[in-house]
Order: sequence, then structure tokens, then C-alpha cells
Amino acid sequence: MDLWFSEFHAKGVKLSIKITKQLCSVQSDFQQIDVFDSEEFGKFLTLDGYMMLTERDEFIYHEMITHVPMAVNPDIKKVLVIGAGDGGAVRELARYKTIEKIDLVEIDEKVVEVCKEYLPDIACCFDDPRLTVYYQDGLKFVRRCENEYDLIIVDSTDPFGPGEGLFTKEFYGNCCKALTKDGIMVNQCESPFYQEDRVAMQRAHKRIVESFPISKVYQAHIPTYPSGHWLFGFASKLFHPIKDYDGKRWQELGISTRYYNPQLHIGAFALPNYVQELLENVEGIV
Amino acid sequence: MKLDQNRAPIKEALEELQNNRVVPFDVPGHKRGKGNPELTDFLGKRCMSLDVNSMRPLDNLCHPVSVIKEAEELAADAFGAGYAFFMVGGTTSAVQAMVLFAAKRGEKIILPRNVHRSVINAMVLSGAVPVYVNPAVDKRLGISLGMSVSDVETAIKENPDAKAILVNNPTYYGICSDIKKITDLAHSHNMLMLADEAHGTHFYFGEDLPLSAMSAGADMAAVSMHKSGGSLTQSSFLLTGQNINPASVRQIINLTQTTSGSYLFMSSLDISRQNLAVKGREIFRRVCSLAEYAREEINRIGDYYAYSREIINGDSIYDFDATKLSINTIDVGLAGIEVYDILRDDYDIQIEFGDMGNILAYISVGDRERDIERLVGALSEIRRRYKKDKSGMLISEYISPAVEMTPQEAFYAEKESVPLEDSEGRICSEFVMCYPPGIPILSPGERITNDIIRYIKYAKEKGCFLTGAEDMNTDRLNVTR
Repeated sequence: MDLWFSEFHAKGVKLSIKITKQLCSVQSDFQQIDVFDSEEFGKFLTLDGYMMLTERDEFIYHEMITHVPMAVNPDIKKVLVIGAGDGGAVRELARYKTIEKIDLVEIDEKVVEVCKEYLPDIACCFDDPRLTVYYQDGLKFVRRCENEYDLIIVDSTDPFGPGEGLFTKEFYGNCCKALTKDGIMVNQCESPFYQEDRVAMQRAHKRIVESFPISKVYQAHIPTYPSGHWLFGFASKLFHPIKDYDGKRWQELGISTRYYNPQLHIGAFALPNYVQELLENVEGIV
Repeated sequence: MKLDQNRAPIKEALEELQNNRVVPFDVPGHKRGKGNPELTDFLGKRCMSLDVNSMRPLDNLCHPVSVIKEAEELAADAFGAGYAFFMVGGTTSAVQAMVLFAAKRGEKIILPRNVHRSVINAMVLSGAVPVYVNPAVDKRLGISLGMSVSDVETAIKENPDAKAILVNNPTYYGICSDIKKITDLAHSHNMLMLADEAHGTHFYFGEDLPLSAMSAGADMAAVSMHKSGGSLTQSSFLLTGQNINPASVRQIINLTQTTSGSYLFMSSLDISRQNLAVKGREIFRRVCSLAEYAREEINRIGDYYAYSREIINGDSIYDFDATKLSINTIDVGLAGIEVYDILRDDYDIQIEFGDMGNILAYISVGDRERDIERLVGALSEIRRRYKKDKSGMLISEYISPAVEMTPQEAFYAEKESVPLEDSEGRICSEFVMCYPPGIPILSPGERITNDIIRYIKYAKEKGCFLTGAEDMNTDRLNVTR
């Protein structure tokens, strides 16, 4: 059988993965949800035909979206995760005994259902007593919160679907309002490489800069995402991601990771010149 | 509805034309797009191939005998009208036809002052005389309301020779007068009843919405199908009642209507009518519930007031169109126009308009819940970031006009241009309005007062887009000599 999953990464570029089996295909109220199995990447989840995660490389994304902010401020107690119905971010957060409360807001209940059934190694922490799951629009949820969370993780899909509201200025502004005075917001910030992703990345960065006093960008290497070079936003009211970073303190927590480490933390914020330029281009325009 | 509303005769005729692969040796010269590849690339092949000219199988808008006639009859059936004319010059052209039909030079029309400029424009053309009924004003919201029945009665008593009464059904803000009673009054005094239903298409198809002009027994109604009805911009209907002879109306329409009616517009009217007739009830139920949800959420933010049916007072607010999301912004300390600008500049959200104290977000079948969340989220942010003291804000929007000449006399009079500050006491010979909503602050023939000058300056300061005057910046006004 010669069955392939393909996704366009740019107009003339696509990534194809050989499929051994399609495990699940459902249409929810919001999107088309599919789970496939493959030799190279193991099981993987797609939404509306876009790659969300694979068993093989999800650790990179989930470690980077959680441990970076947690290591900058290990005193974080209350965390809001928006999107992330796959449970990967929650799995990483649950490893911090110091976290008291995790609220997960996912618009699509079906995503959680599917992940629990087909990707149980990722959706493994939904029973954690500190976790409460809300099935609603992230923008709506955060709009009603004020001075409540120490960390908000925006684990959104691309800005061209149900996730588009999570790339808007009103969303980032409302997140700022929902955070405590030393709060941090981390978001997946698309890729700097291909045109369409680049534009989305710049727009998101511009809006975050307008909403937060400190706004930095860091990177990771994620093989199944377009170009493999992926960015995250680190926005904060008080903490600087490097100057206020104490790698030793994090190491003492004894959390074992496969991608993240204190040296990489510093390095992740060292961006290629062309990326720096793209960011600077939108930082001035307010 | 008696006819088969699933049919769409103009659409069907266009499809048949395409299937027959007719070779065009007629206009338009782009020949189904082949002659203009850049435009075809931009608009799409399908769109260009449908941009065709009148021909026997497609009928003729100026003298319809086949498919356009059938489509017009279907529309009349769907709207419960005697006849329905396809209009391709915007609702402006439908309003124009009503006014030109109802009153000739020197004849009077009773109407509220908060009409759209197209009504007064038509009077410049025809020489008809406006008799204004001052609309009531809601002081808190700073908006003009409907006409009260007793004010209309007074106007009739003082002007028994008037030929027609015109109402907004509803106003831009969603406010309705008692159209049934006013229609009965008009008819008992031998006057025609005209309705500007630019914002009322959905009244004909939804449930629990205000009464439509045709159901009230009105004689003519201008209906913007392209607003809540979903057709292409500039396409519209003129409806006539059972007692109006459509053939005479057609003659009036043909005075100013193009002889090359666009089949893109006409097919969009045809298909949208089919859609509303078949699915309208369900569509507007959804629109109402989206608007209702938005109102609840916006009112929960604080300071904003998204008003609805609770403002109904039985007379000047006889009914309210609950699909309209009108929001008062005064308590946030921002003029509506300021919120309008912030929404667009900072949040990439384009709303319909902002005036001194209100904004209007147009909710339609095309909206999704998550778009509503964006609007609510942005309004909440704007309040958090910009809220200020509301003192010093000008809220009252209505200034009662002093009419000195008919619009036509003033428009064509000998005139001169004077600076705005020096225009007090002079008679204006042109329009001044904020656009949108396009309701004149001054129209030709009205005396300029200090209040009006102050209002224009304030509107400019707040960033309103002032239009109508010959001087693009409205620093000068044309006045009669």
C-alpha cells in the first residue's frame, strides 16, 4: 500500500509522510480531525489537514512552550493553557509539583476525546486533580479574567481557522489583563521562513509588543512544521527571559527533558539575523 | 407565497447561455473575460463570463417581458408586494424613483428630517417640497428616533395638499415608527405612503421582527437587498403596493436607470431572493440570536450600552429591529466615531459606522460566533485602555432645520463660497453630512445656525468623515447669494 499524507508548507513545497494506517477521521463542529499512523513519525494528529503533532517530535514543541517560562519563574502557581486539547502542554506542566492550578481552555471537545483515545501518551494527564478543562472560545474565556494567572500558554493552531482569534490584539490585551503583575504569556508564533507563516509571525509579534512591556522571541527545531524552524513568543510584565533566568535553580528541580536544558534556553533566544530583522521591522510601528 | 420560490429565472437563463457556448459579437468588449486577462485573473473566470449584455434569452431590464419579468414577479411574491423592480443603481435609485413618482415640482412630501441624502437628492431633481416632521430625540443615546403619529397628524393638517408621506423603516439604528397607523393616515388623506427600507430587507423574511412596509399596506418601498439580504453591493428592490400601476413606475425608473443593467447584479438579486424565500426564517433567527448574544456580552463589560427592544415606547420608538447591534459609547468617555477608528486601526475590526455617541456593528448571516468574540473582546480592551471622563462630550445629534427654500431652488440658486465660521445666518445650497450614516446635517435650502457650525466643527475634531460639500474639507460652505 502506497498511502501518503501530504501538507503544503508553501505554494510549491510539501511535506509527505508515508501512512501505515488511518486511525480516526471525524468532523467536529469546528474542524476536520484526523489521526494517522506512520513508520517514521509514529501516530500523528492533523486538524483541517494541517499537522498538529507527531509522537516522534512533539516533545520538542511541548517542552519549549512550557519549560522556558517555568524556568524563568519557577514560582508560577496558576497557569492558563489555551488551545492544546492534545494535552501535551499539560503533561509537561504537571511535572512541576509547585503548580497549584491549571486551567485548560479548548474550543473543540472532540479534539480532547480523539487524543485521549488515540494519543494516550500525550493526552495522559487529564486526570490531574489540579486541572480543570473548559470547552469554550479562548478569547471569550480570557476576557472575563483579571489578575488571575501567573502564566498563560497560547498553544494555538494556525491563524487561518478556529485559532484566528488567538492571534489578535484584543486577545493579547485581554491576556495581559488576565495575568498577575509579574505574569508571563508564551505563544506559538509560527515560522519566519515561508511567506505566509512569516506574515502571521510578524503580525502576532507586533500585537504582542503593543500589549506587553517585555516581548522576546525564541526558537526551536520542529521537523514536521513548515521549514522546521519554529518560533515562540515570550511576553512578560516583569521578568526578562535571560536577565532574570537562573538555570541552576531550574536544574535543581530535577525535571528530566529530552530537548530543553539551561544552555539551550539562552541559545534559543539568540535569533538568526534575518529573523531579528523581521521582528525589528514591526517593533517600531505602533 | 404562491409561486415556486426555488426557481431563479435569471440564473437559469445565464446558465443556459453558458451551456449553449454562444460566440459573442456583442458588448461587453471583454468577451467573457478573454479580452482582459488581468481583470479576469483578479475577479475570476466565472464572474467575467457572466458579465453579459441584454439579449433576447436574457430579457431587458428597461422593458422586461421574459426572464427578468418572471424574476420580478417571483420577488414580488416573496415580498408580498404588487410588483418588485430589480434596481441596479443602488437603493438610492429606488428611493429616487419613489420620490419622482410621488411628487412633481412644487408638490409636498411629508418626511422625517433624518432621511438618507438620496431622498433630498431626489427632491433636488424633481423640485418637490419637503415638509419635515422633526423626529423625536433620545437624549441619553443621542440619536434621532421615529416620527410620532401625532406629529404626522399635525403635519397633515397643516399640509392637506401633500402628495405623500415617507418613513424610515427602520432608521440606521433600527428604530421603527408606527408604519401601520401612518399608512392608514396617509391613505385616509389621499396621500401615498413611501418607505425607505434600506435597512429593512429582513423584515419580510424573519420572525418577530418589525412590520414591513408592504404588510402595513404602504404604496412603495425601497429595499436594500444588498444589506441584510446578501446580494451584491448596488443591487436593490423597489416594491410597489397592490394599488400602484407598475407600468407608470417603470416609466419613472427608466428616466435615470442605465440601459445596460448588470447581470451580475440581477442574478445576485434573483439568487438572494430565492435564498431568503426558502431559508430566510432560519437565517434571521440565527442573526437575531448572534446579535442578542453580542448585546448580553457587551452590556456585561460595563459602560457600553447595547440597546434593544427595552427602549420601545409605543410611539417614536414603536418597534426596534433586534438584528441591529447599536451600541452607545458615551459612558466610556469616547465618541462612537473614536471607538470606530480604534477598532479598525488597532484591532482590524471594521464596523458599519460610528457617530457622536454610538457605533453600529452590522450582524448578518455571514458572521460566526468567533467573530463576535473578537468584537466583544476588542470593546472590552478599548474600555480598559481608553476609558475617560465623559464630561464635555457632545451627545445631542439632532438639530432642527430652518427650511427657507426648496432643495431644488437652493441647489440651483446663485451661490458663493464662504468660510464655515462666517456662514452663520446664510442659506446653505449644498449638503453636509457625516458618512456613514449619510443623514444630512445641512441640506440645500436650510439656514445655517451657530449650533450647526459648532456641531460640524465637533464632528471634524472627533474624526468624522464629512461629505457633501464642494469643499472637500468642509472648511467652506456654498451659500445662496
